[in-house]
Amino acid sequence: MVSRRDKMINKIKELMYQPEFIRNIGIVAHIDHGKTTLSDNLLAGAGMISSELAGDQRFLDFDEQEQARGITIDAANVSMVHDYHDDEYLINLIDTPGHVDFGGDVTRAMRAVDGAVVVVCAVEGIMPQTETVLRQALKENVRPVLFINKVDRLINELKLDATELQNRFVKVIASANKLIKNMAPEELKDKWQVRVEDGSVAFGSAYHNWAINVPIMQETEINFNDIYNYCKDDNQKELADRVPIHQVLLGMVVEHLPSPDVSQAYRVPAIWSGDLESEEGQTMIKTNPDGPLAVMVTDVSIDKHAGEIATGRVYGGTLEKGSEIFFVGSHGKNRIQQVGVYMGPERVNTDKVPAGNIVAITGAKNAVAGETICDVGRKIKAFEGLEHISEPVVTVAVEAKNTKDLPKLIEVLRQVGKEDPTVKVEINEETGEHLISGMGELHLEIIAYRINEKGVEIETSEPIVVYREAISGTAGPVEGKSPNKHNRFYIEIEPLDDEIFQAIQDGSIKEGRVKGKEMAASLIELGLPKDQARKVWNVYRRSIFVNMTRGIQYLDEIKELLMEGFESAMDDGPIAKEKVMGIKIKLMDAKIHEDAVHRGPAQVLPAIRKAVYGSLMMAEPTLLEPIQKVFINVPQDYMGSSTREIQNRRGQIVNMSQEGDMATVESKVPVAEMFGFAGDIRSAAEGRCLWSTENAGFERLPRELQKIIIKEIRDRKGLSPEPYGPDHYLG
Amino acid sequence: MLYFIGLGLYDEKDVSLKGLEALRNSDKVYVEFYTAHLFGTTISSLEKIMDRKVEILSRKQVEEEEIPLKNAESNKVAFLSAGDPLIATTHADMMIEAKKRGIKTRVIHSSSILSAAPGISGLQAYKFGKVTTIPFPEKNFFPHSPYLLIKNNLEQNAHTLVLLDIRAHENRYMTINQGLEYLLKVEDTLNEGIITKNTLAIGLARAGSEEPVIRADIIKKLIKEDFGGPLHSIIIPAPLHIVEAEYLVAIAGAPEDIIN
Repeated sequence: MVSRRDKMINKIKELMYQPEFIRNIGIVAHIDHGKTTLSDNLLAGAGMISSELAGDQRFLDFDEQEQARGITIDAANVSMVHDYHDDEYLINLIDTPGHVDFGGDVTRAMRAVDGAVVVVCAVEGIMPQTETVLRQALKENVRPVLFINKVDRLINELKLDATELQNRFVKVIASANKLIKNMAPEELKDKWQVRVEDGSVAFGSAYHNWAINVPIMQETEINFNDIYNYCKDDNQKELADRVPIHQVLLGMVVEHLPSPDVSQAYRVPAIWSGDLESEEGQTMIKTNPDGPLAVMVTDVSIDKHAGEIATGRVYGGTLEKGSEIFFVGSHGKNRIQQVGVYMGPERVNTDKVPAGNIVAITGAKNAVAGETICDVGRKIKAFEGLEHISEPVVTVAVEAKNTKDLPKLIEVLRQVGKEDPTVKVEINEETGEHLISGMGELHLEIIAYRINEKGVEIETSEPIVVYREAISGTAGPVEGKSPNKHNRFYIEIEPLDDEIFQAIQDGSIKEGRVKGKEMAASLIELGLPKDQARKVWNVYRRSIFVNMTRGIQYLDEIKELLMEGFESAMDDGPIAKEKVMGIKIKLMDAKIHEDAVHRGPAQVLPAIRKAVYGSLMMAEPTLLEPIQKVFINVPQDYMGSSTREIQNRRGQIVNMSQEGDMATVESKVPVAEMFGFAGDIRSAAEGRCLWSTENAGFERLPRELQKIIIKEIRDRKGLSPEPYGPDHYLG
Repeated sequence: MLYFIGLGLYDEKDVSLKGLEALRNSDKVYVEFYTAHLFGTTISSLEKIMDRKVEILSRKQVEEEEIPLKNAESNKVAFLSAGDPLIATTHADMMIEAKKRGIKTRVIHSSSILSAAPGISGLQAYKFGKVTTIPFPEKNFFPHSPYLLIKNNLEQNAHTLVLLDIRAHENRYMTINQGLEYLLKVEDTLNEGIITKNTLAIGLARAGSEEPVIRADIIKKLIKEDFGGPLHSIIIPAPLHIVEAEYLVAIAGAPEDIIN
């Protein structure tokens, strides 16, 4: 007998080849707005898990940690089949984390999908993380629809009447549309507005398994008053029978979110800068399974049995099991063992996965998220890199408990770094003290847990905050000499203009050594003088290096060395070997030795490094600390004790608002003060508060703390207690 | 007092008598082998002939820690380099620094590859242009300048002496074969037809030793030959004077058709 599961697998295999019947979607939301509950119920509706368990089972939270903490950490993938108006559709779904600590996963998931269901809690409304994830989706040209969740709580807990209920919806929809208008691609921003009338907005309760939108209201003749009464009379089960959430939401997905063949036509030009008229360009734009292979890896995980599993989106061609593939970024070749699609924690292997689908690749050794895969001998241009909006702000040192685990630990750390690109791993084989950096305390706890899961017992240090080095003054021209003194570089240094800094930060100015001249126009627009904009050599760590010299013989030959030296100086600043950011360096002049051996790396690298260090130390060097925005949602009665928690942590209250009995406090707090906040705020509000954080960049560390923190960092790193003055580097 | 003393080309006996005298008169004797190296001798034979303990310094010890300079403030220090101490080195800066610190200096010359190579190759010293060195390529460092310099010299009808990189601390010394390959590789990129497989070149090995090798031929043939141990250098000649050509045929085994 063919089981229901086998039937479903067969159906998936059939639909894979019909892009117009595929929807690749993600579910995104602020933490705790109900994404995972929704995903589980969608799966249950599709017959993949028992409907009794859905919601409690947290099917997509594979990881024990995820189930224990009740939050989603990794983006997880499933595929299911949905009937809609007599056709069957293949829905490839990625559930993404909402916690700020795991923002990188969201960005990567967005590259794999074409549409997103944005879940917003009716009680809280659009929250900062909602904005962030929506921005991440729109940046990737992913079209949104809106699901307003927890509607029953508005009725039963907040006791809103029908008019207030609708007003609340209108407010949420209006703010979502405002975001879409601001962030969607110019030509699509009107089309992509979500509208109650056309059914691209749905309301419901993921927990109680029902949802409704206007077309369904018309079909079923259920109106707002009915909903109101169902909730009030505690009869949501019947509502769930009449308008089951999976029917309504998957219907909305099929109706309003684009199929891959529609979406690739406008997404490919945005995420791939190759020649669109070429065969591979046309293959992708047309979602053609028969052309050259083009796959972008969006996630890599390590399976105990199967090894490395790469998840990616097939944009063009067909990936076949046993075939040889080429990694464009790392120039590596590999024979893939298996390909397949996802069903919950399971991968179902198929022989082939064609364009338009999300694929799981077994045996794609050495793949990393962001890598482009193509046919061997048919190299294509790489996809645009994945931009992570957040960057690590907290580090822990990790040591193996048992010395015999030392080699294994290194291997496991490398794996962890691969699985989650937002984790930075620094391996130090000499000292055996390895560093992992992540988005926050929680993120690192999870990573430590994962390392233990992989069979290495570790000890971690207290979390350490990651600082940045910057300047508030200017200096120069400063002369940096090579060890043989025959090569000299003269630089001027100043803080980078804020507008350019922001443009680099939000990715509109790309980091990297500058190749062409395209960037000059945008830099001039941002206010950089023309003579400088055309001569920017490097954008690195939100700093720029400008070559102001003209006609210096041999300078071209040592350009790459100068860039290497500049970058290495930026990686380890002179104040405390933290990373430098936000500076502009102008190379004003250079004296270079006639003979190539006397101006090699051993001479040029230290010369430019010394010039950078010396000038940084002359330009009022200062330490910056990472800041988080902290949002707290508490009953009025606990507002005082909650704001006190913020103020005790050098925090600033930015905004306060109240709605009914609930107050929302928006504040900014240094990350250094946030350790242990979870426990403290819980007791301050006696457990009755919801809170979330968002990284908010770096700000100057207060003057009175500068010396203390600098000394602390230098002690920890085994450096002399005080930074060296400029003379140490110049002279 | 700081003596800059040249050790000459090959072994401990290439130092001048004047140099030896100064050495024996010094409190401390340092030698650097990072700009060039003596292959015909060892530290112990040096120490024996000089009757002094000799300390080998790295580039870092000389240039950054300034060990010779610092010691010369209150001692008589001899600082030895292979060849002629201020030729093909960057020690001029030490002279400046010594002057600034009021340290007396004296330079004692010895023979250098810069005179030995033109001499032993039979080419007229008057006809040489700028000298260049081919470095070992590194990450971010594969200069084309040696090739371009040869091109410039040829445009002036000048011969080019091409020195080859020395990495004493890694025990790597570029061979004539590696040097020629480097130039051919640049030719592949620039395609200017300056250095081809049919270009005449001269390979010099172990100048100053009892058995120096001097070979002239087209690169295609030269690149296959084994020149033995270091140090090696290359000359890319400009059009030859009749006596230069006759010398290369008679002494360096060049093909006879270069005489016309």
